[in-house]
Amino acid sequence: MSSIDIPLEAYLTIAAALFCIGVWGLINSRNAVRVLMSIELMLNGVNINLMAFSSYLDGTEIRGQVYAIFVITVAAAEAAVGLAILLSLYRNRDTVDMERFNLLRW
Amino acid sequence: MPPLAEITQLIVFGVLATAVVVGALGVVMLPNIVYSAFLLGGVFLSVAGLYLMLNASFIAAAQILIYVGAVNVLILFAIMLVNKKEAMGASPGIGLRRVLSTGVCLGLFALLLRVAFSTPWATPGPAAIGEDAVIRLGEHFFSDYLLPFELASVLLLMAMIGAIVLARRDVLATDIGTGESVDQGLIEKARTPLLMEKP
Repeated sequence: MSSIDIPLEAYLTIAAALFCIGVWGLINSRNAVRVLMSIELMLNGVNINLMAFSSYLDGTEIRGQVYAIFVITVAAAEAAVGLAILLSLYRNRDTVDMERFNLLRW
Repeated sequence: MPPLAEITQLIVFGVLATAVVVGALGVVMLPNIVYSAFLLGGVFLSVAGLYLMLNASFIAAAQILIYVGAVNVLILFAIMLVNKKEAMGASPGIGLRRVLSTGVCLGLFALLLRVAFSTPWATPGPAAIGEDAVIRLGEHFFSDYLLPFELASVLLLMAMIGAIVLARRDVLATDIGTGESVDQGLIEKARTPLLMEKP
């Protein structure tokens, strides 16, 4: 049986690292496209968690895989709408710099 | 001496884990955003490999089709469409923000690791069903997860229509009073002062 000798914690560690890198990129990116990429990284980290739990703790009823499918669906929808908003914003403001999207700030 | 299969598994896991973490670091840190986009595709592929190691061949295929085939290509198209060389001017307090956010992210990482290693997980659970996973997934989708499944299709339809409406340039509506078009195209042409930067 595969995936028995690698501990569950190894997958959780990778998922945590991916999520934290995504959070860091989300905070520190100036380019709006890179912000969307960071969100995709975070969603992938969550998906690795779901799949690891599904394989190690719930091998017969693979509910984690069902949830992962829903997460992938929502991520695809989010990417499409997010990039459409980004294009619209770029046409109106002529920039993708997150620091200059401050119309509603103060 | 452990059997060869286990050694191979460990090596594959190590390579995939390194590719995921290093690729993700490259995505958020490389200055050129085109390199970032291609590295993001590499991260998605490595995550699909991890899914294969976790007995989920269908999700791995879906990951490659949707993430690498659709999302990554969409991101590359967005980069091409907004391809404008602009010098991002210095922002006040960016050094402090960077230090603080690094601290917050490392703290979050430490917290997640502590939870992962201190929780007594009930391993080993029931044996994985392997290639029967696709059959079980289909049963779930058409019995106990039927409502979320249908809602996901509605969500995809909404996202499709929303993306078209947001991204199109043509005039969709005209003002009833003046008869002028009140939409994206006009706003772009008129460059109303509301939307421009304050000097």
